[in-house]
Amino acid sequence: MIREQSEFLVTIGACATAGGIQALRNWADVEEFTRYVYANPEYISTLQRSTPVADHVAVDFELRGCPIAKTQLLELVNAFIHGRRPNIPSYSVCVECKRRGIPCVMVAQGIPCLGPVTQAGCNALCPAYDRGCYGCFGPMESPNVLSLAEWWVSLGVDDRTLVNALRSFNGYAEPFREASDVYARD
Amino acid sequence: MSTPETEPRRISVDYLARVEGEGNMKVEVRDGKVEIVEFGIFEPPRFYEAFLRGRRFSDAPDITARICGICPVAYQMSSAHAMESIFGAKVEGQLRELRRLLYCGEWIESHVLHVFMLHLPDFLGYQSAIHMAADHREAVERALRLKKAGNDVMILLGGREIHPINVQVGGFYRVPTKKELESLVPNLEWALEAAKWAVEFTGGLPFPAIEQDFEFVSISHPDEYPLNEGRIVSSRGIEADVSEFNGIFEEIHVERSNALQSKVRERGAYHVGPLARYNLNFGKLTPACRQAAASAGLGEVCGNPFQSIVVRSVETMYAVEEALRIIDAYEEPAQPAVALEVKAGEGHGATEAPRGMLYHRYRVDDEGWITDAQIAPPTAQNQLSIEEDLRVVLEDNLDLPDEELQWRLEQSIRNYDPCISCATHFLKLEIDRG
Repeated sequence: MIREQSEFLVTIGACATAGGIQALRNWADVEEFTRYVYANPEYISTLQRSTPVADHVAVDFELRGCPIAKTQLLELVNAFIHGRRPNIPSYSVCVECKRRGIPCVMVAQGIPCLGPVTQAGCNALCPAYDRGCYGCFGPMESPNVLSLAEWWVSLGVDDRTLVNALRSFNGYAEPFREASDVYARD
Repeated sequence: MSTPETEPRRISVDYLARVEGEGNMKVEVRDGKVEIVEFGIFEPPRFYEAFLRGRRFSDAPDITARICGICPVAYQMSSAHAMESIFGAKVEGQLRELRRLLYCGEWIESHVLHVFMLHLPDFLGYQSAIHMAADHREAVERALRLKKAGNDVMILLGGREIHPINVQVGGFYRVPTKKELESLVPNLEWALEAAKWAVEFTGGLPFPAIEQDFEFVSISHPDEYPLNEGRIVSSRGIEADVSEFNGIFEEIHVERSNALQSKVRERGAYHVGPLARYNLNFGKLTPACRQAAASAGLGEVCGNPFQSIVVRSVETMYAVEEALRIIDAYEEPAQPAVALEVKAGEGHGATEAPRGMLYHRYRVDDEGWITDAQIAPPTAQNQLSIEEDLRVVLEDNLDLPDEELQWRLEQSIRNYDPCISCATHFLKLEIDRG
């Protein structure tokens, strides 16, 4: 109904673009979740799966992030008002680190980081705070997640931690989802 | 001859405005007698406790933060403290002060948002803050700048104001330099004056005269106004360690709410939040805050939920003063976090979110994987008090026409600054796991 009435439909945030952290139910049984949390599960009505809006209707633009970046929202609105393509890059967080002159936390400190496969948008926030990226903006364009996964393994990360790191706020986005499924199988 | 049945008077609001999240309200009066009073929560269930199982303990602050965009720090603090209690880790000294500082930032932005954007329109007769801004531009701009002062603390110390990234179990990932913190001081000094004005301004608003005799509950600490640490206390004699939460309170699942309601066992409704903190910890406010409160017409105890707007302003002033004190005394710690000895166990954390006491309980196995989780948000705990307030306000105002009465009832809910998304996932205590 919203799609029918809209000239442009933009999804905002990881829940709308990827199903969010709620998508963890997609790898589990939501009925079991309901029984675990609620004394009277029969009062509760909820969806079996949490999926991106784009799985259901045509979406003109996806603004990534958990949370989104304020500046990107302004850029988006500005772009639509002026009828131009939003200047929102889909390269990785690595570019933002390099631009800020932050030494790579993986190389320099051995801290596992999802930056190489995560879309830019936060301005390399976590590496700036001596922390590895945990994927708030979802997969970059054409990420090589399996290759990064192997680097994580060589840094000593166990499979369970790796799967959990991929299955996070954007876990259901295809590149993260598929790579997590590979390591969950093993 | 039988008396003809009169048509019951019904007032319902399908979708409450100027509250966070999705809730509704329904009341019914028949022959002058209040028959139905319901505050319903239809926000979809979110299941955080369920999917935290199987995740590492270190995921808890980041994942639970997503429960709320206005109070993420509260979740990060309650979860971090709960995990630290399992491992016997103590976050003390400057790291403890930094946590208080981050929480002060959140109190400022959350309280100011509510006081000026969500609640004040009710008192001045506007449908929304946007309508209000047209006539009260200066006040709104001042409020936005005050809110931003809180946000700026969170951005510096937390990385960003929504879902800060710098908090971990044991402390932080990176601590600020003294110089970085001092950059916040000029704006915080301005904010202190603005907060004083806010107390004065809200103190002058018209308040319906209602005195509620709640059981107020908060955490309490011998040396400070409560934020992260303390024992659970109440105005009716509760005084216990945080770990005894489930022995004191019980949760009930009713059909009208996707958030579990909460009551003191063997007793009934209780009230958490600024009013509770204020009443139970008045002596721990700074002298300037106590003075400002008195000048604004508040006693040492306040039982009028409509005056919560003044209390929130007093707490905002406290948070600014506390932030300035912490920054002034700050010495950069050598390490951003304490070492953790991961082991199996159960832990509890109760901290004071802007809206009230937020309780987390976790069980982890010997490798630190979460096996069980329970989260009791303040708004869920307040549901029964909200309904009791609705009943009293309704009974006192039956003579008002429907439209005005409805607005008064909605305002009554907004007194609680409810955070409905937070309320909507909540673990029941007595689960029949079959």
